[in-house]
Amino acid sequence: MTTRMFGQRISRREDPRLVTGHGRYLDDLGSSALEAAFVRSPHAHARILDIDVSAVLDVPGVVAVWTYEDLEGKLSEPLPMLLPHPSITAPVTGHVLAANEVNHVGEPIVMVIATNRYLAEDAASHIEIDYEFLDPVVGIETARQGSALVHDQAPGNVAAHLVQDVGDAPGRIASAPHVLELDLDIERSACMPMEGKGVLARWNREDSSLRVHSSTQTSTGVRAALAARLELPLGKVDVIAPDVGGGFGVKINHPWPEELALGAAAKILECEVKWTEDRREHFISSAHERQQLQRVRVGFDEEGRIYGLDVQFWHDNGAYLPYGVIVPLNTSTHILGPYNLPDYRVEYWSLYTNTVIVTPYRGAGRPQGVFLMERTMDAIADYLGRDRTEVRRMNFVREFPHPIGLIMQDGREGIYDSGDFDTSLDKLKALVGWDDFAACRERARAEGRRIGLGLGCYVEATGAGPYEGGHIEIETTGKVNVATGLTSQGQAHQTVFAQIVADELGVPIEMVEVTTGDTRRMGYSVGTWGSRGAVMSGNAVHLAAKKVKQKALTVAGRALEVDPADLEIVDGLVRVKGDPKAQMPLAMVSVLSNPLRYAFDEAAQAATQFGGRQDETKPPIAENDSPGLEDTDFYSPVRSTFASGMHAAIVETDPETADIRILRYCVVHDCGPMINPMVVEGQIHGGVAQGVGGALYEKMAYDSSGQLLNASFMDFLMPYASEVPQIETDHLETPSPLNPLGIKGAGEAGTIPVSAAIASAIEDAEGFPITRMPISPSELWELRRRHEAGEWPSLRHD
Amino acid sequence: MKPAPLTCHSPTSLDEALRLLHDIGSEAKVIAGGQSLVPVLNMRLATPGHLVDITGLPGLDEIRVGAEAVEVGARVTHRQLERSPAAYAALPLLRQTLVNVAHPAIRNRGTTVGSIAHADPNGEMPMILALTGGTVTAVSVRGERTLAAADLFVGPLETVLEPDEILVCARFGRFPEGTRTGFTELARRSGDYALAGAALAVQVIAGQMQQARMGFVSVTEVPTVLDLTDLVAGRAADQSAAVAEAVVERVHAHIDPESDIHATAEYRRHLTGVLARRLLTDLTTGEPARTSEEALRGAS
Repeated sequence: MTTRMFGQRISRREDPRLVTGHGRYLDDLGSSALEAAFVRSPHAHARILDIDVSAVLDVPGVVAVWTYEDLEGKLSEPLPMLLPHPSITAPVTGHVLAANEVNHVGEPIVMVIATNRYLAEDAASHIEIDYEFLDPVVGIETARQGSALVHDQAPGNVAAHLVQDVGDAPGRIASAPHVLELDLDIERSACMPMEGKGVLARWNREDSSLRVHSSTQTSTGVRAALAARLELPLGKVDVIAPDVGGGFGVKINHPWPEELALGAAAKILECEVKWTEDRREHFISSAHERQQLQRVRVGFDEEGRIYGLDVQFWHDNGAYLPYGVIVPLNTSTHILGPYNLPDYRVEYWSLYTNTVIVTPYRGAGRPQGVFLMERTMDAIADYLGRDRTEVRRMNFVREFPHPIGLIMQDGREGIYDSGDFDTSLDKLKALVGWDDFAACRERARAEGRRIGLGLGCYVEATGAGPYEGGHIEIETTGKVNVATGLTSQGQAHQTVFAQIVADELGVPIEMVEVTTGDTRRMGYSVGTWGSRGAVMSGNAVHLAAKKVKQKALTVAGRALEVDPADLEIVDGLVRVKGDPKAQMPLAMVSVLSNPLRYAFDEAAQAATQFGGRQDETKPPIAENDSPGLEDTDFYSPVRSTFASGMHAAIVETDPETADIRILRYCVVHDCGPMINPMVVEGQIHGGVAQGVGGALYEKMAYDSSGQLLNASFMDFLMPYASEVPQIETDHLETPSPLNPLGIKGAGEAGTIPVSAAIASAIEDAEGFPITRMPISPSELWELRRRHEAGEWPSLRHD
Repeated sequence: MKPAPLTCHSPTSLDEALRLLHDIGSEAKVIAGGQSLVPVLNMRLATPGHLVDITGLPGLDEIRVGAEAVEVGARVTHRQLERSPAAYAALPLLRQTLVNVAHPAIRNRGTTVGSIAHADPNGEMPMILALTGGTVTAVSVRGERTLAAADLFVGPLETVLEPDEILVCARFGRFPEGTRTGFTELARRSGDYALAGAALAVQVIAGQMQQARMGFVSVTEVPTVLDLTDLVAGRAADQSAAVAEAVVERVHAHIDPESDIHATAEYRRHLTGVLARRLLTDLTTGEPARTSEEALRGAS
């Protein structure tokens, strides 16, 4: 019997190719293509008065120079509002090239196409633009003041306003024995994939078709947008995501101006043209995330049982709103975490500022929500002098399904489908040594050291619809080709989807090859976001494999003259159960599945009209059947499935320098049954690394004029391996009842509670509240000074 | 992020290089490891029309240990100097400091003399040149001149070097018998420019401190040396705690940190004092802070 692949720690099949330099990323393609460079706004808020391109029109090597005036038809319209939502009061999106106003530093204004990128940048540097300066709106405080406006049609700079109200939070808080209020603050960070965006567009003049490679998280989305804006039939546009060097959310927004601009240039100039985003461009013209100001009011009793929670927060969405309100909506719907809070009110304002747009970054609003709830839990525990884990336990959800009464990002109510938060907490406490820590802390204090322990708990709605598909074909060689439409950015899709298919089809995993993100192979897909790849495409390829298997058994049953129900597939052989001699290779089944008139090789002769016995009463292809051992199926969930987890961190803060070191980092994670625990752990490690970045290192340092002061890896402090601690993990596998494989998403989980856990640990070490993340040694030292001066409170029960 | 058009020259003799620099004039920049210059070019923060690459010049690749100094040629990389046993034996402070310069990949290409010519106040090696009382030799078609560190650096990223001069070597002075040295810094991430850093050379003879000098990174405009001899001379090394506060006070008066997005000036001032005190304590109340084994581990 073949070993079941599901659940095995098999090595990532994509790695030998990628780590030996054989990956094919966007910039590895199109070596003879023309190249584009963009003139981007150096100003945060200005009206464009005049663009003078005359200096570059006759420069040798310059092929085209486009401004907004050169965009025709639907290309000149504002970029799409991808995710309309009733809470959006002033939807504003940008243009492919700025129309007459720029709203952030980095907004594209002119596209230059030349024979290479050097010439294109030289030419770009000689284009003169006159601006009339407008007042820049930078930061949430300035935005909500509303005295200067980013867009005239957005009074108060409000893009969206939403209230979700379950039960009677204000009333319940009023009746609670204790009430606390907190003000919290979270900075901007960004996805920062190692590979920025990139587009290669090639027009085929023979058949008037467009092929676009894009470093995207959704090739079908880009394809639909290109076809619509370039007014091409969908069948004339293909979009392929080649190897993609990380996405983390920023590449799900689409169409990026450059995707449309390059597609249009290829079509109009009938050429092949490429643009590879450089790091500075990525900082100032892609997307950021995280920034929020939050206000919390919570009522609770002596034991820490929460009566009601009333939350307001202000979310900085940057200059435009192409991705709608997904980020603040996720915040608002994930604040409740693993807790049963029937009386909850949340209100948010999403605000325009003259800064880079905000679209989902791994966690996508959830880290902010978890920070809010977990800071609140710690505050309650401190107020009552109770153990932080016991206050949390007092409020855990214990019955499933657990409806929370909030509408999630998929437009459906959030219902926790399964979980076991008590066991998660038990595991975390055991892993980190929670109950022994107080003594450790006191011992360290006696030595003049400060150490602290903190935790953060979360749930995450994963695997949102609407759907993903799987297409499987078994070649006449027995090779199994699997295609799914969502794209890969390093998630191990080639490995885990192959594990699922190999199990179902009974073939060695070496026979299975997986293609993702190629609209030529699968035209129906949504994309890679929201921790959905495994849940959506995993189940889709599982369902498709089931259909193909059934087909294989039917064809083989006909050939072997046995009931298909008596057949099984083992190691690529279809055989009669209990009679291993009556067997046929899957390769031959594939040959027989396609009745032939013409034999192209010896094996194919078996499928021809005189090649074997036939049932002459039936047509060669049965009704409702189709030739070939291939089939497609789709998985479409009724709603999201909730993964969950709990993190604990032990930090040490230097009593003199305020340097902050993470001594231990522990994760208990529940994403249901794991297809490949090694891959899940890799996802957790990467997620925690990004979480550590957000907690201790990364911020977007805008000055008041809207200039980004740290738009390089020298000053934007993404943690190195040396800053990321060893991560200790333990798993819990609570199956989801919502999908055939019982799985839940794992992609974003590692990032979500990190700021919460580290803030909790620093607070524990320092003895005063931590309300703002990230925190640097300089900022911690400043807090200490204020605390010593009596300007910053102490914890009550330090 | 592509550099503006430029011509790259690869001379094969020093004379040819000097002639090129002379003929081209201020439009030329010398390039060796390129670890600071190339990013500047790519971001078009500088747009020299010509680069003169000195990595093909014969010589300039030697580390010579003399009785008075360790002489380092212009082509010697940080990494070569860091790993040189002879340089370490003669002047342990070189390795003690170099392991803090960026990351190994950068040290593999970046040259020590190049970083001195770049004169970044965040750079470790210009400060070490100053602290060791070192000198550099600059050559041009007009001849050769030797400059003391104190005369070389005039401001952040600014030296007295003429555009047509090549720094061919740096000489780091050796310390007198009994000198203990150490370097310490705090950076946001390993290998980053320091928020603040300090190096100390303190001579201890028969348990008594004699001369002491300290240098700093990231908190002074140019590398300057703070002489602490009058505070420590004649005191027992294991009683250095008694002068620690005075040293910190002296340090605070000497440095002039600035605020930036990573830290406030006040924090940097405080931090430098802490680092100075720790260095003094480490070097005087026990064995030198970094033993040779530790330094080797750091360098491996």
